[in-house]
Amino acid sequence: MKVGIIRFPGSNCDRDVFHALQLAGGHPDYVWWNQKDLSNFDGLVIPGGFSYGDYLRAGAIAAITPVIEGIKEVVKDGKPVLGICNGAQILAEVGLVPGVFTLNQKAQFICEWVELEVKTNRTPFTSLYQKNEIIKMPIAHAEGRYYTEYIDTLHDQDQIVLGFQGDNPNGSMEAITGVCDEDGLVCAVMPHPERASEPILGSDDGLKFFKGMINY
Amino acid sequence: MKYHAKVEISLKKGMLNPEASTIQRALALLDYQVEDTSTMETIKFSLEAENPDVAQKQVVEMCERLLCNPVIHDYQIQINPAGD
Repeated sequence: MKVGIIRFPGSNCDRDVFHALQLAGGHPDYVWWNQKDLSNFDGLVIPGGFSYGDYLRAGAIAAITPVIEGIKEVVKDGKPVLGICNGAQILAEVGLVPGVFTLNQKAQFICEWVELEVKTNRTPFTSLYQKNEIIKMPIAHAEGRYYTEYIDTLHDQDQIVLGFQGDNPNGSMEAITGVCDEDGLVCAVMPHPERASEPILGSDDGLKFFKGMINY
Repeated sequence: MKYHAKVEISLKKGMLNPEASTIQRALALLDYQVEDTSTMETIKFSLEAENPDVAQKQVVEMCERLLCNPVIHDYQIQINPAGD
């Protein structure tokens, strides 16, 4: 599977994602923010970082760049798209997933390992996990508190992907830290699966995100 | 004609404002007991438009498309003719 990794000025997890996708058996390649035609890819990952310095709001400026048109076309074609951390914030700003990831409850940057519950395995990225499986991955964000006006719809349509297990470090609504679109093909998660993709990193629980994507 | 525009972006009523509560706690450390602390972001620029209504309409568009996130933000716009 040929996977495009979207790069903005300020993206900084692009090479980690590249490595994780290779570990999972995929064929990644980089795409810049000004490229519009992404039709040669079978799926996309928007990696973490601080696109455009997080000015205005995290993800707000990336959300109006030309590559977004290409991403929307890929979504229309029914191919899987994963946003991680800043990538998740961008997908929420664009409106490809519901809600918003905003300033943490305690207004501080949180960087720590967390336990997460896989709330649904109907997305390609979570298809290799059991529903309600507990996994370990790191978070690293200042703007990760999830909020939506349509929480009931999310429940009804099985759009909650990941939840914090136990502690809710950033004050997210119902401890939600990963959501997807109605089809489950566009997925936005604040935790970093690429930073938990081999045992030497402390956990390889995240690798199945990429394996599931490649298998799709 | 040239207009000065001022956009004030605030969180919708009831939205948690961690920046404001941190400021309020910091003020308390200095023994200032204050309540109802809030913060807002101000963006100022000038633009050319035929009349104030057209200018207003353009700035509303800017708010909806980039400056604000309608899920969590309210905004107020002031348009004033640029003085000489």
